[in-house]
Amino acid sequence: MSTRLSKGGRLIDRTAPQEFTFNGKRMRGFGGDTLAAALLANDQMLVGRSFKYHRPRGIVASGAEEPNALVNMGEGGRFEPNQRTTTTELFDGLTCTSQNHWPSLEFDVGVVNNYASRFLPAGFYYKTFIHPRFAWKHVFEPIVRQSAGLGKVPKDRDADRYEQAYAFCDILVVGGGVAGLQAALTAAKAGKSVWLIEQTAHWGGRAVVDGAVIEGQPAEAWVNAALQTLERMENVTIRSRCMAAGSYDHGYVLCDEKVADHTPGDGRPRHRLWRLRAGQIIAATGAIERPLSFAGNDIPGVMLAAAVRDYLVNWAVAAGDRTVVVTNNDDAYRTAIALKEAGLEVPVVLDARASVSGELPARARALGIRVETGRAIAKVKGGKRVTGVAICAQAGQGAVIEEIDCDAVAMSGGWSPVVHLWSHCGGKLKWDDAQAQFAPDKARPPINHDGGALVLTAGAASGVLSTADVLADATEAAGGGAVPAAQDAAEGAMEPVWVMPQGAPVALRMKMWLDYQNDVKVSDVQLAAREGYTSVEHTKRYTTLGMATDQGKLSNINGLAVLADSLSAPIPQVGTTTFRPPYTPVTIGALAGEARVDIFQPLRRTPIHDWHVAQNAYLEPVGLWQRPYCYPRAGETHEQAVHREVKNTRSNVGLLDASTLGKIIVKGPDAGKFLDMLYTNVMSNLAVGKCRYGLMCNEQGFLSDDGVVARIDEDTWLCHTTSGGSDRIHAWMEDWLQCEWWDWQVYTANVTEQYAQIAVVGPKARQVLEKLGGMDVSKETLPFMQWADGTLGGFNARVYRISFSGELSYEIAVPASEGRAFWDALVAAGAEFGMMPYGTEGLHVLRAEKGFIMIGDETDGTVIPQDLNLGWAISKKKADYLGKRGQERPYLASPDRWKLVGLETLDGSVIPDGSYAPAPGMNANGQRNTQGRVTSTYFSPTLGKGIAMGLVKGGLSRLGETIEMTRLDGSTMQVKIVDPVFYDKEGEKQNV
Amino acid sequence: MSKVASALGGARFDGFASVSEIGPLGMITLRAKPDVKGLAAAVKAVTGTKLPAQRRVERAGDKVAAWMSPDEYLLILPYAEVKAALATLADKLAGQHHLAVDVSDARAVFRIEGAEAAQVLMKLAPADLTALEPGEIRRTRIAQVAGAFWADETGFTLVCFRSVAGYVMGLLSHSAQPGSELF
Repeated sequence: MSTRLSKGGRLIDRTAPQEFTFNGKRMRGFGGDTLAAALLANDQMLVGRSFKYHRPRGIVASGAEEPNALVNMGEGGRFEPNQRTTTTELFDGLTCTSQNHWPSLEFDVGVVNNYASRFLPAGFYYKTFIHPRFAWKHVFEPIVRQSAGLGKVPKDRDADRYEQAYAFCDILVVGGGVAGLQAALTAAKAGKSVWLIEQTAHWGGRAVVDGAVIEGQPAEAWVNAALQTLERMENVTIRSRCMAAGSYDHGYVLCDEKVADHTPGDGRPRHRLWRLRAGQIIAATGAIERPLSFAGNDIPGVMLAAAVRDYLVNWAVAAGDRTVVVTNNDDAYRTAIALKEAGLEVPVVLDARASVSGELPARARALGIRVETGRAIAKVKGGKRVTGVAICAQAGQGAVIEEIDCDAVAMSGGWSPVVHLWSHCGGKLKWDDAQAQFAPDKARPPINHDGGALVLTAGAASGVLSTADVLADATEAAGGGAVPAAQDAAEGAMEPVWVMPQGAPVALRMKMWLDYQNDVKVSDVQLAAREGYTSVEHTKRYTTLGMATDQGKLSNINGLAVLADSLSAPIPQVGTTTFRPPYTPVTIGALAGEARVDIFQPLRRTPIHDWHVAQNAYLEPVGLWQRPYCYPRAGETHEQAVHREVKNTRSNVGLLDASTLGKIIVKGPDAGKFLDMLYTNVMSNLAVGKCRYGLMCNEQGFLSDDGVVARIDEDTWLCHTTSGGSDRIHAWMEDWLQCEWWDWQVYTANVTEQYAQIAVVGPKARQVLEKLGGMDVSKETLPFMQWADGTLGGFNARVYRISFSGELSYEIAVPASEGRAFWDALVAAGAEFGMMPYGTEGLHVLRAEKGFIMIGDETDGTVIPQDLNLGWAISKKKADYLGKRGQERPYLASPDRWKLVGLETLDGSVIPDGSYAPAPGMNANGQRNTQGRVTSTYFSPTLGKGIAMGLVKGGLSRLGETIEMTRLDGSTMQVKIVDPVFYDKEGEKQNV
Repeated sequence: MSKVASALGGARFDGFASVSEIGPLGMITLRAKPDVKGLAAAVKAVTGTKLPAQRRVERAGDKVAAWMSPDEYLLILPYAEVKAALATLADKLAGQHHLAVDVSDARAVFRIEGAEAAQVLMKLAPADLTALEPGEIRRTRIAQVAGAFWADETGFTLVCFRSVAGYVMGLLSHSAQPGSELF
């Protein structure tokens, strides 16, 4: 059983007891514990079930590589699944539950899959669920989805805050072990601005556990001194609990700082995502120990040898009373020695190598530890925890020589450098035969903008393992300097062992786990190879090797070695799968940062916004603008409100907040010439004081935007754009001026937000303005399509006589800061005339009754002005305008194009939005042919019937014809082609 | 009560730094190439400053001239003086190709003050605050919207579009929350 020892534990504070619960069971730990350490201290060896076979799983590792010990953490707004217990710092009151079992961890029905495992081989899903095709969607997928996934999905809104921050440095050092500290010291002493980050809460990495000696003192003393030196340097920023998730081009690195994971609810942001820009990245990210593949290597109590050592030294936790060590290298002897020195039993060290002679094995032997060479584990005995091991010869097929009782197994298959940051942006790896590992190929680093190395590795991440080599490598990576002297025990050569024993039969190979979380075994990879999978990337996807939340940190190298062996290919030829960010999972909250709830996205508000809200307006998004759709009164539906607003505008007077309309000033000696190119019609000859409607097309000829242009003075025009189009059209103008017509003397300025623009619309509009007083707005002084500056009710105003409704209409621009006051003045002045505000839906109905097109309704990027019968707004005289040549292409000039018509049902009902007009026959894809579609459809309160506009083949030449249109339910209706101008065809009402 | 209202009516948030909406300030967008004859004199006549060089902000009392792009300047002055300033510019630059336009109402202006004020901006703008020299302006991104800021002795002045003032106030308040200091 695992237990807490009465002495030791360099990271725990025994004076700070902490209580937590696991599956509702109360447990105790100490300050400084990780959750995994505390669970082991409470003899909780079984912590979860595997994904596919629901096998019992225990803690394997002591860090970010842990595949098994994932839990559902917290409750309510702080619930989060798949939290790694090995990297979770214990805090008082922590609650967690184990994952992937039903009804309980101890008794799990899903374990039946385990006994059926021979029927669930690699590629099972692909093979089983492919036929019949329909069954995937209706039968298999729901079942697979029901049983998939480890943790539960959070149900409540996240209670925590998150944020992001930007920072810049010359050198970012990732990793707080001795390599990272030495690299940071070296770079900082050279005057570089340095960031040093470490993913855990502690510094020193392996050296402080393994007892290295640096400059004559224990590594821990050197680490503390180095840290103090760095903390005192102004050019150094130090962050613990900060994980470098990914490195990207140009030195961009995302770092996830877990600010308050260990102090939940203290008001600080839970995570902070640093968006760091570094001149160079030094990855001092260490190495990860590899498991060995022997039967039963997933039974709780089988752990990585270094993890067993970590729990013992850091947290005074013994994984077992009797621990068998199995290894192919000298490093694992450190675990045996540490356990023995702590007074624990090490019945045997099983070394797969034929002979061992290093300093560490000698010390182990001197301590009286039995060392068996050329030996392997035939199988681990036990179910929910280890009870013993059966020993065999590594060279054989697993014939049991001896059985030994034990309650823990410490395994070591060698070390793999953590090369993720090196590989993320293209650093290459090379196979190192001596260490049996992929290490960075320093001749082929990821390349920076200047051709230099964007990422360098330092220490164990480079593939060097002794402390002296680590420090020398780190110093060199940081630009060179004095290397501290270091000593540790000399190690003999390791020997790669990918399957244990070497000749294991299939019965054993089926119990050798490569990927613990996704349940991929040696036999699965071998099956994939037999079935023709030669690419490691394909094998990964076929078997799901390395596709779990740990992304194969333990399994990838072992898996590809087994694949290489099955293919009789050298390991470097098989290669690795791609390393992709993030290094460990980053919570979505950190990626979203501040962008949630009220500041999820920028909402643009007009100066009159607060009034709309106070009037209970129903708001709709128009671009990022918030605009009133309608102003429902008590008891009114939105539809009723829209009808009332439209009718009142036609009979009395309406008020519209049109501030969102784009307004761009265009000025200069060449401004007229410029606008003649931008618009399809002529703007250069517009008289000062007058307005003209214009269309803009893109180079292909498609209609892009429309609006009224006003000539302000000899040199200056003001172009109105659609509400959603102002930024786009301004950028379009600048694009042409800066890139194509750079020698034209034209300046533009987007003054959209400078003005509150309010439309006063309806037969009584003039009376309202006259009531405000201050300027002559009569037909004679200010006729239709003209503008004038003046004052209205004491406000400086520019008044445009333009109409998008067919009514007598004024659009009045005042400075935005006075917009609300002016609106209030209008509301007061209009009261006696029955004035009511109307919203965007009323605006749409009013314009549709008049047959005015709307960008985005009648246009969709494939429509040219000619399709909309707007040929009158296209100059025949101009030599050129943007889109002219495009419109002359045969397809766009074809008489067969769908053209704008009005549409009416025979019974006055409203045609459904999105209706199509079917035509006889089928197209090449077996779909019904069509001859037209609806673009705008409304109920007209003015006319008391449904009206619509649409694009129909043949257009107005088919006036009076009746065609079919589809309903949403698939049935069709009879629709008559009519003139699109339904109301006041002569335009008398707007011209009074 | 004045009928002139700034975007947020002087909203304020006090966290580890203080955030306040100020204004309205008078602002003029002046577009002209730096070599336009009389430009320096025109800017001087309006703001009392010299023509700002690339990325520079020139101040004279409560007036500011800021470089915005190779052919654009932002002139800041009391709100009531804009009309006269536009007349002065039109007079001084008569016959020269330029564009001077009142944008006082198109903007919202914030002050971020306190010893840690820079940390508020570090959370929102991908700009290197440590490289921002005194008298230097940064046109950049404030989370999802465009913005510009510069520093003086007591803090930062930040300018953004008026319609997103509420969003920017939300960003600044979120970023200045007590307990969320970066260092």
